[in-house]
Amino acid sequence: MKRLLAPLLFAACLPAWGQSAEVAHPDPKVEARLKAIAHELRCLVCQNQTIADSDAPLAVDLRQQTRKMIAEGKSDDEIRSYMVDRYGDFVLYKPPFNAVTAVLWVGPPLLIVGGLAGLVVMLRRRRAATQEGAAPLDEKRRREIEALLASEGDSGPKA
Amino acid sequence: MKALKYIIPLAIFAALCVFLAIGLTKDPRKVPSPFIDKPAPAFAIAKLHEPEAKFSPADMKGKVWLLNVWASWCVSCRVEHPVLNDMNRRGLVPIVGLNYKDQRADATKWLKQHGDPYLFSVWDFDGKVGIDYGVYGAPETFVIDKQGIIRYKHIGPISPDDVEKIFLPLLARLNA
Repeated sequence: MKRLLAPLLFAACLPAWGQSAEVAHPDPKVEARLKAIAHELRCLVCQNQTIADSDAPLAVDLRQQTRKMIAEGKSDDEIRSYMVDRYGDFVLYKPPFNAVTAVLWVGPPLLIVGGLAGLVVMLRRRRAATQEGAAPLDEKRRREIEALLASEGDSGPKA
Repeated sequence: MKALKYIIPLAIFAALCVFLAIGLTKDPRKVPSPFIDKPAPAFAIAKLHEPEAKFSPADMKGKVWLLNVWASWCVSCRVEHPVLNDMNRRGLVPIVGLNYKDQRADATKWLKQHGDPYLFSVWDFDGKVGIDYGVYGAPETFVIDKQGIIRYKHIGPISPDDVEKIFLPLLARLNA
């Protein structure tokens, strides 16, 4: 029964794919460029998808608009700025560098450099510490330690 | 020096908490509009009830007005509609409706059912004007001043509270 059910359920999902009234452009070059640009643009209705991935009506409209602009011979930059003029920088998956996004761009490299610097300092310190500790014991300290260990064995708590 | 070992991670954790707490108070659906303080994009499309008559934002020059994006399929618009009706009853500001990606018959029926607070609505069947105004989810409301400059964009339904706290002061300032 289960074996039958899975393909049936799958088939039930199929019609949903064909619902958008989108018409691909006859020229495959236009479609290829659309694909490239659409992957850089955010769909504002379903914010974590690109307009290439989304089936929201707005994404369909924006793909259609992009197709039209490509067919009109508009450059990628012109199409991008068309979208930014209307939806703001948020529409770009790769945000431009400006005062608002500076932290976004500079933050991660700063964190990495800072973290590496911290690591180097820590490792150096640790090495210095272990080298100090590895200095040979003199006779007097060795006897002190042995005495301490011996007394520990007498009075220490029994396991 | 020893204390630093504990203070630094704690400080980092605290800073992270502050950033995350700020993040929680922000609504990711409210994207800052690039239209604020820019002229309202021009268009000329037919009115919903009079297909032969065209409207363009330039016709409203000299008035402070609202452009409200709505549709009969839009659930949040139902929530907002009583508020718009009330604004209209109080005569606060002329409201032009931008009927977005809707069927003409559905739209007019919807207005008959829920009341028509609009001076008139224009019919943006293919959503072209919507794209030019950066609309990504109805309802959205633009406040446009006497010079035709967009001064504010409200994303999502206007609540009665928004009318008192945002719209009334803003309209008073723009009408002054």
